[in-house]
Amino acid sequence: MSAIGTETTLGQEYSKVVPNYSVEDAAERSELDASTRLPVLLYLGSSIFWLLVGTAFALVASFKLHDPALFDNGMLSWLSWPRMRMAHLNAVAYGWAATAGVGVAIWLTSRLCRTTLRYPAIVIVAGVFWNIGVAIGITAILAGQSTGVEWLEFPPYVGAILFASFGLISLWTLLMFWYRAPGHIYVSQWYILAAFFWFPWLYATAYLLIFVFPVQGVLQPITNWWYGHNVLGLWFTPLGLASAYYFIPKVIGRPVYSYYLSALGFWSLAFFYSWNGGHHLIGGPIPLWVQTVSIVASVMMIIPVAVTAINHHMTLTGNFHLLLTSPTLRFTVFGAMCYTLVSVQGMSMAIPSLNFVTHFTHYTVGHSHLGLYSFYSSIMFGAMYYIVPRLAQCEWPSAGLIKLHFWCVFYGSALMFVCLSVAGVTQGTMWLAKNGDLPAYAFIDTVQATLPYLIGRSVAGVILALGHVAFAYHFMLMVLQMGKHTDKPTLFTEPTKA
Amino acid sequence: MNRLPTLFLGFILTFLSAWVGLIAVPYFQFGNLKPEVTEDNTYSPPNPAGSAIAGELVYGANGCVYCHTQQVRNKIDTSDGQYGWGRQTVARDYISQRRIFLGTMRTGPDLANTGASKSEAMWQHLHLYNPQHFVGASIMPSFRYLYVTQKIKGQRSAFALDESRLPPGDRPPAGYEIVPTQDARDLVAYLLSLNRSYSLKEVKE
Repeated sequence: MSAIGTETTLGQEYSKVVPNYSVEDAAERSELDASTRLPVLLYLGSSIFWLLVGTAFALVASFKLHDPALFDNGMLSWLSWPRMRMAHLNAVAYGWAATAGVGVAIWLTSRLCRTTLRYPAIVIVAGVFWNIGVAIGITAILAGQSTGVEWLEFPPYVGAILFASFGLISLWTLLMFWYRAPGHIYVSQWYILAAFFWFPWLYATAYLLIFVFPVQGVLQPITNWWYGHNVLGLWFTPLGLASAYYFIPKVIGRPVYSYYLSALGFWSLAFFYSWNGGHHLIGGPIPLWVQTVSIVASVMMIIPVAVTAINHHMTLTGNFHLLLTSPTLRFTVFGAMCYTLVSVQGMSMAIPSLNFVTHFTHYTVGHSHLGLYSFYSSIMFGAMYYIVPRLAQCEWPSAGLIKLHFWCVFYGSALMFVCLSVAGVTQGTMWLAKNGDLPAYAFIDTVQATLPYLIGRSVAGVILALGHVAFAYHFMLMVLQMGKHTDKPTLFTEPTKA
Repeated sequence: MNRLPTLFLGFILTFLSAWVGLIAVPYFQFGNLKPEVTEDNTYSPPNPAGSAIAGELVYGANGCVYCHTQQVRNKIDTSDGQYGWGRQTVARDYISQRRIFLGTMRTGPDLANTGASKSEAMWQHLHLYNPQHFVGASIMPSFRYLYVTQKIKGQRSAFALDESRLPPGDRPPAGYEIVPTQDARDLVAYLLSLNRSYSLKEVKE
C-alpha cells in the first residue's frame, strides 16, 4: 500500500468522529483526493506565492520603520513605508491566509462529505478571480488608491471582485453538502460552513456601510472594527480550528475527546466572538455601552477557548511523543497552543485598565502576529504538510527542510512577539508616567525607546522569511514531482512505539 | 448535529444578534447626529471646505492612519492629557468628515488637533518633506514623492517651499524650486482642518 493510502502515520484505531477512516476506505480516499488535486493545488500554490510577496513587503516595512531613509528616502511613492505596510497586510491576509484557508477547506469538505469534488470549474474560476482581485488590489495600494481603512484597503471595485469570487466558493460548499454521503456532520464542517456563510455577510456589510452608502461619523470605525475583528474571529479562526479538529485526531489515530465540548466550543465562539469588535475602540469617541458589551464578550471568550484547549489537550494526551515525529502534528499543535495563548491575551487586552497601557502601541501588533501567524499560519502549514503529498502523489523530499521551516516559524514568531510586546509595554508605561503635572517623557523619547525592539522585530522577520523560502522551495519540488516516490511519509524522526 | 437547517439557523441567529447589536442599534441611536449651531450661524463641528475634502483621501491613500490616531480619550485614565493633544473627542466631532480615521497606532502623536497646534501650512509641508530636520529622532518617513523640484519659470511659484528652512542638502540648485503637488496641498489643507478647539455641550472641560 502506498503512503498516499496510509491514512494516519501511526493510526491504530479510528472511530465515528472522523467518519471515513478504515483501511478499506483507502481507495475511496485516494479517489477523493485525486478529484481535489488541481483546485486545491491552485489555492495552496497561489497562497504560498502571496506569502512570499507579503513577507517581502513586511521586511521592507520593518526595516524602514527603524531606518526611515532606507532605499529611496521618500522619493518613490510605491516604496513608502505606509504603502508597504498596507500591501503587507493585504497580501498576507487576503493573498496568503484566506487563499490557504479556502484551499484547505475545499480539501476537507471533499474528505468529510465523502464525495469527489463536484463542479471543479466553480472552484477554479473563483480561485482565479480571487487571485486577480488580490493582485489588482495590491497594485492599487502601491499606486496610491488605497482607502486607508484598516483591513479594507482595497478600492471598492476590488471588493466587488473578491465578493463575487467568494460568493461562488460559498455556493460550491453548499452544493457539496447536497452530494454528501449520509452520516454525521463532523465538527470541522460546522466551522467551515459557518465561516463560508459569515464571511460574505461581514464583507458585504463593511463595504456597503463604509464605501457605498457611508454611514455617519464614528459608525464607520465601529463597522470597520466589527469587520476587522470578525474577519479574524469568524473567518480565520474557524478555518484554523476546522483544520486542527481534523488533523490532530487524524494523525494520532484516535477520536476527538468530547463531542459535547466541540459543540459547546463552537456555539460559544459563534455567539461571543461576533460581539468583540468594539474592544478596538475602548476609550474612544463611541458610546460606553458599545465598548462595554464588547469588553464583556471578549472576556466571555474564555469559554470557547478553554473548552477547545481542553478538548485538544485531552485528545492528544498520551501521544505527545508524536510531536517529535509528525510535521503535521507539530505545526498544528503549536498553532493550537498559540490559539489559546492569543485568545487569553486578547481577553486581558480588552480589560480597560490594561487596555489603557497597551492600546495604540506595538503590543497590539505583536498580538495580531501571535494570532494570524503563530496560530493560524502554523495550522495551515501543518495541514499543507499532510495534504500536498496526497495531491502530488509523492512525499516531501527533505525532513531537514521541514525542520528548518518549523524552527524558523517557532523562533521567528517568538522573537517577534517578545520584541513587540516589550516595545508596546515600554511605550504605554512611558506615556502614562507623570512628573508632577507634566509628562515624564517627551513623546519623541517614547518613539526612541522602541527602536531596539523594532530592530529585533526585523531580525525576527528575516528568520521567518528564511522559513518561508525553504517552505516555498519544498512545495515547488513537490509540484514538479521531485518528491520521494516511496510508501513512507517524511517524518522528523522514526516513530517510537507508544 | 446532522441537520443543515438547524446548523444554519444557529449560524444566522448568533451572527444576526451581533449584527443587530453592534451595527443596527448604533445606527438608530446615533447614526444621524446634528452639528451644534449657534445664533451667529457657526457650526460645531464646522464643515470642511475646499481641498481639505480631497485631502481626506490623500491621508488614507498614503497610510497616515497606520501611525497616527485622531481621537483623544478621557484624561483621567489614559495618557492622552499629557501631550497637549486637545480636549477629549466625542462622536459629534466626526460627523462632518466623510472618512473617519480614528486610528489604532501611535507610532507618532495624535493628530485630532494638529491644525490647531501646528497651524502653519509651510511647517506642515516642510515637515512632510523632511521630518527629521524638525524632530531629530523622528522615525516618520519622508513624503518627498508628493513634491516636485522644477525649474523656476519666470516668477517663483506661490506654493514653493521655503528652502531656507530646509537643511543645505535638501535645497534645490539655483534657478529651481520645490513645489507641492496637488495631493500635498490637499493633504496639508486636510491636516490644518483637524481642529477641535470649538466646544460642544456634551464635552465638560
